[in-house]
Amino acid sequence: MKEIVTGNEAIARGAWEAGCHVAAAYPGTPSSEILENVSKYPEIDSEWSTNEKVAVEVAAGASLAGARSMAAMKHVGLNVAADPIFTMSYIGVNGGFVVITADDPGLFSSQNEQDNRWYALHAKLPMLEPSDSQECLDFMKDAFELSERFDVPLLFRVTTRICHSKSIVELGSRTEASIKPYVRNPGKNVMAPASAKKRRYVIEEREVRLRAFSNNCSYNRVEWGMRRKIGIITSGISYQHAREAFHKLDDEVSYLKLGFTYPLPDELILKFASEVETVYVIEENEPYIENFVKQLGISCTGREALPAVDELNSSIIACALLGHSEEGRWEVEATPPPRPPVLCPGCSHRGIFYEMAKYRDIATSSDIGCYTLGVMPPLGVADSVICMGAGVSAGIGFSKVFAMPGAARDDGKPIKKVFGVIGDSTFFHSGVTGLIDAVVNRSNMALCIMDNRTTAMTGHQDNPGTGRTIMGEKTQQIDLKALCVACGVRPDNVQMVDPYDLKQVHAAIRKAYDANEIFVIITTQPCALIKEVMRKREHMYCHVDEKLCVKCKMCLKVGCPAISLRESSAEITRSMCNGCAICAQVCPKNAISQVGELND
Amino acid sequence: MTDTDKILNPGMNARETDETKSVLLVGVGGQGTILASRILSDGLMRAGYDVKMSEIHGMSQRGGSVTTHVKFGSKVYSPIINEREADILVSFEKVEAVRWLSYLKPGGMLVVNDYEIHPLSVLTGEAKYPDGIIELLRNKVPNMLALSASQAAGDLGNVKAQNIVLLGALIKGMKLDDIDWITVLKDIIPPKLYDLNVNAFKAGMAFLA
Repeated sequence: MKEIVTGNEAIARGAWEAGCHVAAAYPGTPSSEILENVSKYPEIDSEWSTNEKVAVEVAAGASLAGARSMAAMKHVGLNVAADPIFTMSYIGVNGGFVVITADDPGLFSSQNEQDNRWYALHAKLPMLEPSDSQECLDFMKDAFELSERFDVPLLFRVTTRICHSKSIVELGSRTEASIKPYVRNPGKNVMAPASAKKRRYVIEEREVRLRAFSNNCSYNRVEWGMRRKIGIITSGISYQHAREAFHKLDDEVSYLKLGFTYPLPDELILKFASEVETVYVIEENEPYIENFVKQLGISCTGREALPAVDELNSSIIACALLGHSEEGRWEVEATPPPRPPVLCPGCSHRGIFYEMAKYRDIATSSDIGCYTLGVMPPLGVADSVICMGAGVSAGIGFSKVFAMPGAARDDGKPIKKVFGVIGDSTFFHSGVTGLIDAVVNRSNMALCIMDNRTTAMTGHQDNPGTGRTIMGEKTQQIDLKALCVACGVRPDNVQMVDPYDLKQVHAAIRKAYDANEIFVIITTQPCALIKEVMRKREHMYCHVDEKLCVKCKMCLKVGCPAISLRESSAEITRSMCNGCAICAQVCPKNAISQVGELND
Repeated sequence: MTDTDKILNPGMNARETDETKSVLLVGVGGQGTILASRILSDGLMRAGYDVKMSEIHGMSQRGGSVTTHVKFGSKVYSPIINEREADILVSFEKVEAVRWLSYLKPGGMLVVNDYEIHPLSVLTGEAKYPDGIIELLRNKVPNMLALSASQAAGDLGNVKAQNIVLLGALIKGMKLDDIDWITVLKDIIPPKLYDLNVNAFKAGMAFLA
């Protein structure tokens, strides 16, 4: 049967067809839908793990116990999971074990643009790189068997345009894989120095076998042109861009299309290069293939013509290698205003940022999630965003220094308090370790846990605070307040606030600002886009009384996309508004009123 | 091999050529570009084309400027539409048409929803929403259709169906109306919203009747 599916759906399908038993992931764009789709197959035990390291370890344990297992994450998630991955390369597998990394060239939804193919080289893991949805399915279906054959976890590397592009696939059926017998083997599975050193040699032997496989596998194929003038070495989505860029020269061009990209096939590359006049290496971001080709002594054109930054496309290739010009595009004499992403109308984060923005002598260490958008004007709250969890831990470092004599802003004024900002899912992911650090090392920072009862930015996945698993079962709901207290925060110093109530928010932030020891604020409104929340609030909205409005623009300072300034007064677009009433609370003329009631 | 010398003439019957055709849908996060593209891709696949569609998830969905790419033909390689490549640019919001106009190919067709969504920079007065966009576009792009899909959808009972109104106009504009879109809609749209969306689809087609 044929269907048009995304790469993520195809990966999930391939895992199911391969007989995968256990799957774990932490959501992150562009990888999130992999596990969402895997969890639809009842044969696979799926879980949202607390973070990517946990996901890899869960899948590693499942593999050692004998099951086919997988873990999925975005590129930066692999940094979090790097520790178990590097050592699992030593241990190897029992049931096939596949780690999926979804990289984000072009940074559509990420804090960096790292190319995770280097991880395969660094950890010595075989790597598959599909270039469309059909290959996602087919490669994934084979990946578990390859992992078992070579006794090593396999790295499955995709990028945003593979994950989120749809193309047509032929679906197959599931082949049940039996759970392999579990044999206790401390010499292989307990990585103490003596056993690890022995395994170190095994890895090097495995590398030789993998290299031989790479030279002779169907994932690496040559597509000869009629004449062998140009030879293009490429992989992943870059193959598609290259085919499109050179399609008018199909007779002249031959391709070495690489799908098994660690270890790279040395003999195959040498043979291919010797048969063509000119070699181009076409790849996105890092010169991963090109460096290897050059090490083989082959002269080729790659990075000197193609950019290192941003995602690649066929036009960039055609301009760089075929001399196409970019002339002749449509233009009109109008400048579109910028339209960056913003906090939604009714967002439960807005009230906290509005009140925090009033303080000129604080610094804010923020984190990865919707609340990163607090940095946007007019709220403008965030001094740093580094990675998951740093909202807490970097705040500890900030506050250490701002307490030192001589530390000040560039205008000479002191920073009197440091606030950390972190979401519920991110706090569970890696904020809790920072909080323990803050308590134990006597930090006096304040922390706002923006608990909106979901993992919002990546599309509303469950997390330890929601009380539901990805399989739809009810489960223990981790109590954030109790967790903070268990970490050693004094119960008096944990304040729950309704972020829609600016008086409460104001008082809590004041208290946190004045505290001499760690203070935690936990917000209690769910994300406004949760279906249940939308249903509850569907009859609620705010209304501006034109007669009372003096157009003072105070309501515009909350940065709500539903509020605009018209000729006669401010206006609130009813279809966008959920009646959170933050704007009503900042209006000095009481011109805005909340209308309607919560549904049951 | 495709006949590469054939110059594309958008608006012509898409079946007459085996060149890849490109449809770029642009709008504001939340306007339903992804659903419209999904229906379009599914129908094209059922009609026997090779189809690729590329969408963007994550941060930009929060009210940001979004694009969805649909390409179809006898064989499609890259899922991305480059600048000067789209046979049809469908803009769900009018200033987005200006932002993405460089993606339209020379001679391409522009479909614009005559509808404004003001970004925060305009709402707070830092930036200005340009005046007279429709006229500016019309003076430049000969092959252009401006329609009020939002109003048409509102008249049918729900402004959110504007995406399907635009889909109807796009399909008529590409002369792809011989595909059984009603069945595709039935398979994809939830039953509760089916009638609304079929009516929206027909209203969209009627703009080019």
